[in-house]
Amino acid sequence: MNWILLIEQCLNGIQLGLLLFLLAAGLTLVFGIMDLVNLAHGSLYMVGAYFAATFTAWTGSFVLAIVLTLPATLIVGAVVEIVCLRSLYNRDHLDQVLATFGLILFFNELVRLVWGPAGLSVPLPEFLSSSLELLPGLIYPSYRLAIILASLAAAFFLYWLVARTRIGMLIRAGASNREMVGALGINIRFLFTIVFGLGAALAGFAGLMAAPISTVEIGMGENVLILAFVVIVIGGIGSIRGAFVAAILIGLIDTVGRAFLPDVIGTFFDDEFADAAAPALASMSIYLLMVVILAFRPEGLFSAKSG
Amino acid sequence: MISIRYGFIAFVMIALAAVPTVAVAIDEPFYVSMFTRMLVMAIAACSLNLVLGYGGMVSFGHAAYLGLGAYVVGIGFYHASNDGMEWALNGWMHLALAIIIPGLVALLVGAISLRTRGVYFIMITLAFSQMLYYFFIGLERYGGDDGLSLWFLSDFGGVMDMNDDVHLYYLSYGLLLLILFMLYRLVNSRFGMVIKGAKSNERRLMAVGFPTYRYRLVAFGISGAICGVAGFLMANQSEFVSTAEMHWVHSGDLIVMVVLGGMGTLFGPVLGAVGFLMLEQYLPEMIRGGCEVIGGNDCGVAGEYWKIVFGPLLIMIVLFARGGIDGLLQGKVGRNG
Repeated sequence: MNWILLIEQCLNGIQLGLLLFLLAAGLTLVFGIMDLVNLAHGSLYMVGAYFAATFTAWTGSFVLAIVLTLPATLIVGAVVEIVCLRSLYNRDHLDQVLATFGLILFFNELVRLVWGPAGLSVPLPEFLSSSLELLPGLIYPSYRLAIILASLAAAFFLYWLVARTRIGMLIRAGASNREMVGALGINIRFLFTIVFGLGAALAGFAGLMAAPISTVEIGMGENVLILAFVVIVIGGIGSIRGAFVAAILIGLIDTVGRAFLPDVIGTFFDDEFADAAAPALASMSIYLLMVVILAFRPEGLFSAKSG
Repeated sequence: MISIRYGFIAFVMIALAAVPTVAVAIDEPFYVSMFTRMLVMAIAACSLNLVLGYGGMVSFGHAAYLGLGAYVVGIGFYHASNDGMEWALNGWMHLALAIIIPGLVALLVGAISLRTRGVYFIMITLAFSQMLYYFFIGLERYGGDDGLSLWFLSDFGGVMDMNDDVHLYYLSYGLLLLILFMLYRLVNSRFGMVIKGAKSNERRLMAVGFPTYRYRLVAFGISGAICGVAGFLMANQSEFVSTAEMHWVHSGDLIVMVVLGGMGTLFGPVLGAVGFLMLEQYLPEMIRGGCEVIGGNDCGVAGEYWKIVFGPLLIMIVLFARGGIDGLLQGKVGRNG
């Protein structure tokens, strides 16, 4: 076993997991508080990446692009909430799935209209384009390390916001009893818009960080959205802590599985079979995990009300 | 209002029966394959409607059963052309396997999924279909990501020729009628009553003594089997099998068709599938036309962005016309159509 490779893949897995967490946190907040299934969350991720590409091209600086992208996605999220999603809170989940499915189609075409059908690429920021030697023999790109640190910072910010501030208190109160919070004189509609905008900004943040290490293209949000849904379902819908644990778990299993499953299967079966079966098994493994967890714990790992 | 509704449905069904004759008469054979696709999607939508509309089970993974049915034809073709197994092209065998395999898979998926409720059910059915999607991508032997082009289609001996578009059309039409009749008998039977009852109040049905889990599971299996038939037809229609058809967005399309037509009505999914594919076909042209009327520039390009209209249209339908087309025909507009 190659330990250097294993550690490197684990870091990659954690990095993917943290990105997934940023997406899943918004999704699970919106679900836990507004009881809304939002398929269009992946579109906000995509919009974040496109904003990052444009702002980087305009300003020539990735850092400035971050500063501009976060409020921009927050505004997009708030507008979507006010114009469209607000009237869906009291509908059943099927209606929400359908309407937000319509939003996906709309956003994909809008992006194609504005940015054109070809994919964009965002250059790595200069100061992060090198690599660091973390351990003897373990060289890791500093940009990926920066993603890990930035996501962790965002996760801590979210924890602080939800657990330590007045607005976080209202969010938690809204999750456990919407009507009561409204009856106590809190402007619940405004609170919902803020929560949705916050979720959108987090998704946009994930999108903009993923932009330099992947292609910015239409539909990029759809596959990652499904992963984020797997995360929140495994973690227990509405639970941020559950989303964090599940996101890291999914990131690790997906990345490490892809890297090592061919070898593992190869030791038990012949190589031809391993080459054929391993990629499929690696892609299937997270869904398999979700199925197993739901079969034994139909509500996910963490209960929704535990925060 | 009922007469308008049944009149319209009868008109649609008769018009569908006349499509090949008309297409030949006006020398536009393209319409035959376009309408075949509508019939195929109508069958798939009917299968989803059994669980979604009547049973209230929001399956977000029905594209998987469609794909399974299609891969029965694809894998049969592969072995017939590469390993010389002529019998693997047998159409009757294809049809039988395209019913049995998706049906069994649906039973398995249902057995686990039906233990969950609400959004968890939506997500777990989605997860299963993603698993099957990646499974077929991993099967390099049968084309993997690229799919399989079918040089030979299902062989029904001297009875039918799948290469003849008209034969395929009437096979699809006949199967649709048969499936509609079966569904009509099914939902109006005791079994159907339990399924519908479990949708509105499962606890009460269990209290009365019905094992609702088993009833729902059987409905889920039947639904998968019917969807497999649609997949079998789809493979023969497009002469191509690929994982693209199993992508989760197509599961979403199927839900849209059912809701567009009218959930929990017999003919609703048929109207929905026809309406959906009509929109897909003609909305670009309508946008182009509308653009030319108001004198815009680049009208040819404008039509390509039809989904920018279709997306909001979908939201409008959800918000303001829950009964779908069938609900409109009954004069019921609003949420609970």
